[in-house]
Amino acid sequence: RKGASVAVVRSDGRVNLNPKGRRAQQLISNAVATKSDSAAASSSSKPGYDSISDLEHELLLFEALQEGLEEEMERDLRVCVMGEDVGHYGGSYKVTKGLAKKFGDLRVLDTPIAENSFTGMGIGAAMTGLRPVVEGMNMGFLLLAFNQISNNCGMLHYTSGGQFTIPIVIRGPGGVGRQLGAEHSQRLESYFQSIPGIQMVACSTPYNAKGLMKAAIRSENPVILFEHVLLYNLKERIPDEDYICNLEQAEMVRPGEHVTILTYSRMRYHVMQAAKTLVNKGYDPEVIDIRSLKPFDLYTIGNSVKKTHRVLIVEECMRTGGIGASLIAAITENFNDYLDAPIMCLSSQDVPTPYAGTLEEVTVVQPAQIVTAVEQLCQ
Amino acid sequence: MILGRAFEDMCAQMYYRGKMFGFVHLYNGQEAVSTGFIKLLKQQDSVVSTYRDHVHALSKGVPARAVMSELFGKTTGCCRGQGGSMHMFSREHNVLGGFAFIGEGIPVATGAAFTSKYKREVLKEADCDHVTLAFFGDGTCNNGQFFECLNMAALWKLPIVFVVENNLWAIGMSHLRATSDPQIYKKGPAFGMPGIHVDGMDVLKVREVAKEAIGRARRGEGPTLVECETYRFRGHSLADPDELRDPAEKAHYAARDPITALKKYLIENSLASEADLKAIDKKIDEVVEDAVEFADESPVPSQSQLLENVFADPKGFGIGPDGRYRCEDPKFTEGTAHV
Repeated sequence: RKGASVAVVRSDGRVNLNPKGRRAQQLISNAVATKSDSAAASSSSKPGYDSISDLEHELLLFEALQEGLEEEMERDLRVCVMGEDVGHYGGSYKVTKGLAKKFGDLRVLDTPIAENSFTGMGIGAAMTGLRPVVEGMNMGFLLLAFNQISNNCGMLHYTSGGQFTIPIVIRGPGGVGRQLGAEHSQRLESYFQSIPGIQMVACSTPYNAKGLMKAAIRSENPVILFEHVLLYNLKERIPDEDYICNLEQAEMVRPGEHVTILTYSRMRYHVMQAAKTLVNKGYDPEVIDIRSLKPFDLYTIGNSVKKTHRVLIVEECMRTGGIGASLIAAITENFNDYLDAPIMCLSSQDVPTPYAGTLEEVTVVQPAQIVTAVEQLCQ
Repeated sequence: MILGRAFEDMCAQMYYRGKMFGFVHLYNGQEAVSTGFIKLLKQQDSVVSTYRDHVHALSKGVPARAVMSELFGKTTGCCRGQGGSMHMFSREHNVLGGFAFIGEGIPVATGAAFTSKYKREVLKEADCDHVTLAFFGDGTCNNGQFFECLNMAALWKLPIVFVVENNLWAIGMSHLRATSDPQIYKKGPAFGMPGIHVDGMDVLKVREVAKEAIGRARRGEGPTLVECETYRFRGHSLADPDELRDPAEKAHYAARDPITALKKYLIENSLASEADLKAIDKKIDEVVEDAVEFADESPVPSQSQLLENVFADPKGFGIGPDGRYRCEDPKFTEGTAHV
C-alpha cells in the first residue's frame, strides 16, 4: 500500500482506518525531531514515495512498550526494571517478556509483593544514580505506594534543594477492562494529578507507547506512564528508527472544524468510532489525544479551541476530581473568550466499577453518548 | 557528640527566640548512636534518617553552618531553605534525608544499597562496596515498610545496616504499649539477618557493633539489624510538653549521658586531660555560634526561588498557551506569571 495510511486493529477486532490522523501526527512540530519523523513527513508530501514499508515494522502495543524498554536498557546500563513478576514471568501483560534472560535478574528485578517499599527502593536507587522503571502489575496496586509516590517521588527534588534527581518511571496498566471488578478497574490519574513534581502521560497507540516509554526513561523528572489493559493488543506499523515522543505535547488525531474533542487512552477509540458516525451526519470533529495528563499541552488545546469554539472532553476517569475537571478549569481560565458554548465533559460514573457486563458498559462513556453530546454542543 | 549536643541545645534556644519554626526534633541523649556508626563510614557511604536528623547530618560531615541556615530557612541552607528541620539532604556527603513520615526513608535506604550492589554486579565497578545506614526509631518498627525492607534486604543481601534508635517513646506512646514483642533485635533472624542489641548510651560499645555490621555489609554478607537502647533527654519535639515520661526513668538515663561517660572514660584512661576536653567544648561553642551568625546574616529566599527545583527538567511545567515552554517565560521563573 502507498502513502502513510495506517490500519489499526482494535482489541475487539474492528479495523480503524486512520489516514488523516497518522499523517497529521507527523506534521506536528516535535520538540525532539528525529530522523524518522522528518523522513516520514517528507515522504507523505512526496507523491509516489513508497519505501515506508521498508522503514517500518508491525507490532502490538505491548511489544512496542517492550521494544522501547529494551532499546533504552541497551542504550544505558543504568536503566533497570523492578516490579512483581517482571522477570521470570515476563510481566503479567508481557511487557518485560524476555528481558530478564537478556539482561539478568538484577536488571529486571522480581520483587516481593510490597509496592510501597519497592517503589521507595526505586526512588532510593534513582537518587543514587540508577534509572529504574517501576511496574505496578495493575495501576490500582500503586495505591499502596501512594506514600512513596507523593512524598518522595514528587517532592524529594524540591526538599533537597535540587541536590537529588529522581529519574524514575512508574508504569502499569489501569482503566476499566472486561469485567475485572472494581479494584482492578481503577483510574489513578485523577488521584495523582495534584502531586507536585511529577509528570503523567497516557499512551494509546503502539507508536506513542514506545515513544513515550523512551522519553519517560530519558527524562530527568519522575514520570508516571499510564497504560490501558484493553489496549495492549492494538496493532500498528511503527518506524524502525529510533524515535521518542514529546512528553508534554498532545497528539492531533483528526483535524476538524466544528468541535474540539479532547480525550486520552482508551476513550480515544470510542471517540474515533463516534467520529465516523458524526462525519456521516455531517459534522467535522477535531480529535486531540491529550497524552500529557500533567502538564496539559495548552498550546495544541488552545489552538483547537480558538478554531472550533466548542469543547467536548471524553475521559475514562471518574467525574469527580478527574482529569476532565482540571482540563475544564484550565481551558476556562485561559480560553474562555473563545468559547461559544459551555465545555461538555463525559466521564465515567462515580461508581465502583461493577462486575456485571451490562453495568460495566454503562459505567464508561460509549460512542453513542459522544455522538449525542456533539450534536447537543453544535446546536 | 559534643557538636551534636551543643548544636541541638542552640536549636532549642533559637526556636524559642523565633528564629526557626515548625516541628523541630532534637537528638539530645542519642549522640552515641550517630557518632558510633557514622564516624566509621566513608564519604561515599550513604546515611538515611528520619525527622530527627540534624546530628546524623552533622556526623556525616555536613557543615554546621549549612544545617543551621537550613533551619533558619535561608538560601544558604543545605537544601536552600526548602527542606527544613525534617529534610536534611546533602549530595556531597551522601545524606539521603531527612523524612517526615516515619518508615518512608527505609525503602529509600534499601534503594541506595541496591544501587551499590547494582554498581558492583551490573556496572562492573568491582571495588564498589558502599554501605548504607538507615536510622529510625522504635515506633517505626511496627510499620509495614520496616518489615518489607528487612525482607528485601535479606533476600538480595544488600549492603545495608538497619539501626534502630530505640528510645522507648514514640511521642507519647510507650514502646511497650505499642509492640507485641518489644525486643526488636529478635525480628532480624526472622528475616534471615543477625539481630544485635547494644547499649546505645555507650559510644564505644556502639562503635564495636557498628564495625562488625558495617564490615559485614561491605564484604557483601548482607544486612544486619542493630537495636540501640537509647533515650532522648528532651521531648519528642520542641512542641512536646513531655509530661508522660516518668522522672525516674529520665534520671536513670541522664546518669548514663554518653558524653559524660566518654569524658570520664578518657580521663580515667589518661587519653585526654580536663584541659583538652574543655578546649574541645570551647571550640565547639565557637563553631555553633559561628553557624548561628552565618545563618542570621544569610539572605532569605526570594520569590523567584519558589518554582525552582520542582522539576529537574523544568519542561515538566508544560507548554503554555503561546506555544513556548512555561519555563522559558522569564515572568514564570520570577514567580509573577500566572501558573
